[in-house]
Amino acid sequence: MPYGPHTADDRERMLAALGLTSVDQLFDDIPVALRASHLDLPDPEPELELAARLRALAARNRTDLASFLGAGVYRHWSPPAVDQMLLRGEWYTAYTPYQPEISQGTLQSIYEYESLLAELVDLDVVSASHYDGAAATAEAALMTCRATRRERVLISRGVHPHYRETTTTYFEGGLELDEIPLIVDGDAAGTTDLAALERMLAEPGRPVAGVIAAQPDFLGLLEPMPEIGRLAHAAGALFVAVVEPVSLAVLEPPGAYGADIAAGEGQPLGIAPQYGGPYLGILATTDALVRQIPGRLVGLTSDLDGRRAFVMTMRAREQDIRRDKAASNICTNQALLALAASIYLATIGPHGLRDVAALGASRATELEAALAAVGAGRLHPGPYLNEFAVRVPDARSVHRRLLDAGVLAGLVLADAEPGDPTLSDGLLVCATEVTTSDEIARFATALGAILAAPVAGAAR
Amino acid sequence: MSVTGERLQPTLFELSRPGRGGGKIPHPPKDALDRIPAGARRTMPPALPEMNEPDVVRHYVNLSQLNYSVDSGFYPLGSCTMKFNPKLNEWAARLRGFAELHPMAPDETAQGTLQLLWELERALAEISGMPAVTLQPAAGAQGELTGVLMIRAHHRARGEGHRDEVLVPDSSHGTNPATASMAGYRTITIPSAPDGGVDLEAFRAALGPRTAAVMITNPSTLGLFEARIGELLEAVHAAGALAYMDGANLNAILGRFKPGEAGFDVMHFNVHKTFSTPHGGGGPGAGPVGVGAALIPYLPEPRVLREDDGSFRLERQGERPTSIGRMRSFVGNTGVLVRAYAYIRAHGGSGLREVSDDAVLAANYLKHRLAEAYDIPYDRACKHEFVASAATIKHRTGVRTLDIAKRLIDYGYHPPTIYFPLIVEEGMLIEPTETESVDTIDAFADALIAIAAEASARPDLVTGAPHTAPVRRLDEATAARQPNLRWRPMSGVETPCPD
Repeated sequence: MPYGPHTADDRERMLAALGLTSVDQLFDDIPVALRASHLDLPDPEPELELAARLRALAARNRTDLASFLGAGVYRHWSPPAVDQMLLRGEWYTAYTPYQPEISQGTLQSIYEYESLLAELVDLDVVSASHYDGAAATAEAALMTCRATRRERVLISRGVHPHYRETTTTYFEGGLELDEIPLIVDGDAAGTTDLAALERMLAEPGRPVAGVIAAQPDFLGLLEPMPEIGRLAHAAGALFVAVVEPVSLAVLEPPGAYGADIAAGEGQPLGIAPQYGGPYLGILATTDALVRQIPGRLVGLTSDLDGRRAFVMTMRAREQDIRRDKAASNICTNQALLALAASIYLATIGPHGLRDVAALGASRATELEAALAAVGAGRLHPGPYLNEFAVRVPDARSVHRRLLDAGVLAGLVLADAEPGDPTLSDGLLVCATEVTTSDEIARFATALGAILAAPVAGAAR
Repeated sequence: MSVTGERLQPTLFELSRPGRGGGKIPHPPKDALDRIPAGARRTMPPALPEMNEPDVVRHYVNLSQLNYSVDSGFYPLGSCTMKFNPKLNEWAARLRGFAELHPMAPDETAQGTLQLLWELERALAEISGMPAVTLQPAAGAQGELTGVLMIRAHHRARGEGHRDEVLVPDSSHGTNPATASMAGYRTITIPSAPDGGVDLEAFRAALGPRTAAVMITNPSTLGLFEARIGELLEAVHAAGALAYMDGANLNAILGRFKPGEAGFDVMHFNVHKTFSTPHGGGGPGAGPVGVGAALIPYLPEPRVLREDDGSFRLERQGERPTSIGRMRSFVGNTGVLVRAYAYIRAHGGSGLREVSDDAVLAANYLKHRLAEAYDIPYDRACKHEFVASAATIKHRTGVRTLDIAKRLIDYGYHPPTIYFPLIVEEGMLIEPTETESVDTIDAFADALIAIAAEASARPDLVTGAPHTAPVRRLDEATAARQPNLRWRPMSGVETPCPD
């Protein structure tokens, strides 16, 4: 066994102490009829060979492309300090700080994470983190139901489709989720339809617990968050803002426009894409709703000598204490990813974060112009930050041909939102501070060539 | 509350000095944000700390040194399986091809990861004896919810949506009843029998036409294999209900017991326990779920599929309408799953069986050593962990399990899990794992035995512990009564955002 310490003598010594001759005797309590004989798996692999296997698998993935794919997960520069700190065993081989006297590192780091994110979202309380943006959004939706004792939530179709689907799954337990449509045309196309929202809020006998909208929305567009919040509050509902944390360096934060809860994906804060996770679910709320927030919270306190220290607190909301009455079944958090986000924010600093957001916006402007010049104009006219949709006929096939040119041309919207005919010709593309002018030129040139030869495209 | 006393390490906010930092990101053009409408733009900047990299690094190195970890010493935290986290796995997860792959990248650009995930699914299917596995759930608790929602979909599809109860033993993890509630079920708690197993008569009496599922942890949270498991499963199925296995303790029975073959309908894996993925100070994990044939139609989307030509792809949205849907964004915690895959490959089938053999042997040996000083409430062969109790010590000396746990810190150990499961008086759940040597286990046993003696001879030494930790016991009551959950920057200096 590769990591085991026992010699044959060690095993015999332990067995002898127990008065046994074989370890099999310790499994005598498994009913004979239900015993398994062996595992039909490959033989153990020495580290050298396993490393080669893993390297070969990793090499089969194509990460050499000029990528314009965002759609909820963004490439950013993560200072090497972040991962080098994360690799200290004191962080990643510890567990939940059940013994605060020997876990002050983890506890203070979570308290600092809560504080840093509270600054970003401008709300009072941030949980120690959830699984990802989707689960955090679903938990936010459940919070609104608990807090208002109502059972219906409205979610904008501008929220990431995975978040909407996840919330739908979480509502299987008996709650109701309705989607607010997006405006189809005009200056506000692609953003939440406020008139429809108003109608849905006013439906008799169907009181709404919460209204959920994203800033920027899934299509990259800026939503009228203050108006959505006002409509929600006027109907006695809570307002949930789904946010992208880097954008909060330059966009108005949820606390400033009256959101009661903020949820979001923390991956952009220095965390690698990793094909889906582990990521970081951000969940924040106001002091008024603190008893409703699920998941761990770390607070400041003192020890017997009056020394400042940190501790998990308000545990009466949690599953190991409250069991079936708990606010959620969540057990742990994403501590290591919360740590990564904190180190990222501390290293990059407030001015650096603003530069990340603004430089991404600037690169996106450059991308918009380059694509428009080859005939791929925007699908929606409204303002965006660093992600937008362009109109490309036969988008799926063009997207595939661009791969051959070494370009990952964003997301085929028809795949992500198959039910929406207004998006069937759309590619969702983004730029960040790591996007180069050279990559933009490659994309535009290759796309121009494909669009100029439509017959070849149709043949694929 | 606010605290003015001595501090171990200043917060980032206290270390911040206006003007520090920079040099990471090129400055954007001045007009970069001009196209953002004024109403959407932030007016007051977030009061984030301004630091230079050396100070950040020192801050986090200093903080890390306040932690106890598996890499620093013995961490017998029962139920949590604090085994060694192989360094190869950290290296592998950071390979560029794995780390930089976007979760919505086209399938043809993700063949390496898709193959790895598919092979991992097959390995977990073999280990669990279940025909199919989903890797999507982000953690064990989310795996539980996934499983129970599939059970719900199964009953509904059969016109048995009236089943609204989930049976849970009183020794279960808190996540089981919390999960049942989230899925809209009522929890019925089943008492344990004197031998630590589920009370079969009470169990049969609670089963009925309203029972949707039974959630059983096997081996149980007492570290005991559920010897009546055959009868339990038979009764569950006779009642038309399904059996969920909480796989938190699978690390004890690898290659010895396959839940699917034994009759369980669904189970989750905790890869941070069984397959050594790092606990990360409280996460991330991953909670794959294995299902029997009846639940395959309901697996969350997307599944990883292998095509006839040997290529791999993700299921498309809506491709399988019977699915319960998504549990989270994207395919799953792939970075964690890469580590689990490496662990399984390194051990192979024979090595995984040895993992369980050694974990069980070590636990029984340690239990045997402690019997001279502590109560062993369930004195039969345990699996990977066992419960010891300080009930007798408490009655004799007034020293509690909490005190003993804190005193262990002075001896250089992380304490075991205490007061769980809830059904044992003054319990401590001890799990040595298979990666600790006999010398370590002996030294730990000596320490616990010495503390038992101290409880009689010098009880104040134990009740006042820890004496050598960075801080002494904490005021948890005030922390909960007057919560201070975030730093409020003291400077009061707030300057508007530059235009």
